[in-house]
Amino acid sequence: MKRFLSRTLPLLMVLIFGVLGAIQYFVPHKVSQVYYRTILTWSIGVSSMAVIMAAISFLRYHYKKIMSSEGDTLYSSIALVAFLAMLGFGAFGTDKGSLFYQFYQNIFVPINSTMFSLLAFYMASASYRAFRAKTFEAALLLTAAIIVILGTTPVGSSIFLDKVTMWIMSIPNLAQKRGILIGVGLGATATSLKIILGIEKNWLGG
Amino acid sequence: MTGVLLIAFLIGQSAPKGFTFKAFDTPNDQGNSITLEWSGDTTPIKIVRIFRADNAVGPFTPAKILFGNIHSYDDKDVQDGKPYYYKIILITTENEIIASPVLGPVSSKPSWFDMSKLPLFIVLSFYILVLLYYILSARKGKEIKLRPIAGLNAIDEAVGRAAEMGRPILFTTGLLSIDNLSTIAALNILAHVAKKAAQYQTRLIVPNYNPAVYTVAEAIVRESFLAAGRPDLFNSDDIFYISSRQFGYAAGVTGVMLREKTAAHFFMGYYFAEALLLTEVGASTGAIQVAGTDAITQLPFFIVTCDYTLIGEELYAASAYLSKDALLSATIKGQDIMKAVIIAFLVILFFVAIGAESLAMKVANLL
Repeated sequence: MKRFLSRTLPLLMVLIFGVLGAIQYFVPHKVSQVYYRTILTWSIGVSSMAVIMAAISFLRYHYKKIMSSEGDTLYSSIALVAFLAMLGFGAFGTDKGSLFYQFYQNIFVPINSTMFSLLAFYMASASYRAFRAKTFEAALLLTAAIIVILGTTPVGSSIFLDKVTMWIMSIPNLAQKRGILIGVGLGATATSLKIILGIEKNWLGG
Repeated sequence: MTGVLLIAFLIGQSAPKGFTFKAFDTPNDQGNSITLEWSGDTTPIKIVRIFRADNAVGPFTPAKILFGNIHSYDDKDVQDGKPYYYKIILITTENEIIASPVLGPVSSKPSWFDMSKLPLFIVLSFYILVLLYYILSARKGKEIKLRPIAGLNAIDEAVGRAAEMGRPILFTTGLLSIDNLSTIAALNILAHVAKKAAQYQTRLIVPNYNPAVYTVAEAIVRESFLAAGRPDLFNSDDIFYISSRQFGYAAGVTGVMLREKTAAHFFMGYYFAEALLLTEVGASTGAIQVAGTDAITQLPFFIVTCDYTLIGEELYAASAYLSKDALLSATIKGQDIMKAVIIAFLVILFFVAIGAESLAMKVANLL
């Protein structure tokens, strides 16, 4: 019975809903639309349950960190207090002017923006590593990058690098993007088929 | 205005010369929709008034008034199977009135097949047949050779290195939900990494962004440790949820990297701007990093900051490649065949396009 519930039933459900999902994509009939909306409603319901599980995981993880006193309890304490405080504030409303909104706008948003702004520095350090012309490919990358960077500036436009930039972006760059996308499409379809037919079982733990 | 419309009604029994009006069941839809189209040589249209009736002689009642240079309208306020009649009156910017004849009877009905998706259906069916052929061939025992992919070989190497160093492995599954195929591909790789980690008695940490993915990832790691014969090593606290906020998640994962001193990092699935934050911090810790994504915009960042990167379809091939399972590997062969067909098709179309263009130029010169 345990094997049926943990292996056979999930594989059977994947087969049925996988085939129905594929058919639904090509059938615009009302029956198909009703089925699609029902599945969407179910997936929202399942996701809602997962949010509760995730919240429990969050609380358990940080609570254990605080209790274990491994030396990094400060961040976990902040995370727990922030979580509980926002949960409490949210209970009294999330409208503009509410305490939840004030904390979100004045604490979370600036912190989020700070993290995002770090990206500029990381990009500079990553570019430095990428643009060392040690090999032919790296040299090619460096040359293309310099042209594209200059081509998007007024200086680049004055020496016609904007046209070269446009060519690089719309011909070789777009061609490789499309190549990757075709491969991704084929790979995704093959993976779907393997899962639907029950050949791929790794998602069940192997 | 009412008088003008009345006159237009009376005189508009046939469309002006060179002007066409059409009313037909909206194709490839779920029903309850009739499409009206009008076209012809005229100055831009200013107002469109649509009248509808249940029979040809009326009475016609206003169904819709549209403003602007519009040339079609889908009437979605109709019942399937019931015949309708339409009259359309167009008023141009020069106040010219163009009235349609009575259009109809026309009724709506739902479609059972979306004909606009027919080319995709044909290509997909062919591709599925190719995949099934190779799957069946593998089932009969036909050997399938796969070319070595450095990034995939590196997965086992990374797990091995973490085991040698006695430090944990970090695995992330991207930012998309469980309904995304790249996430499913990432979870397939997670199962393989989890089994290896159990075999090598190495700790595996899986911080999660998406609640649904978290629940599945925990089940997969638990099952994998069980399948590897080491359920005692499974620690549910190592698979945890961090945040569903992009940069909050990035901050959490980088914190784990620095505090836990992880020796191997896996970034599989779909990523956005946080990709570089994760991998740059990871690179600074000296850990071996393997990424796999079909997010084209993030691929350059992964290539620069990680030791190995699975590009696009390699992410999907990973599970089959790592498992060395003949049935799983068979689909990779099918993918390669389909790629060859697509390339051949593109080359043929390229030459046909060039040929057609040169032929058109010759004809133009002759004329």
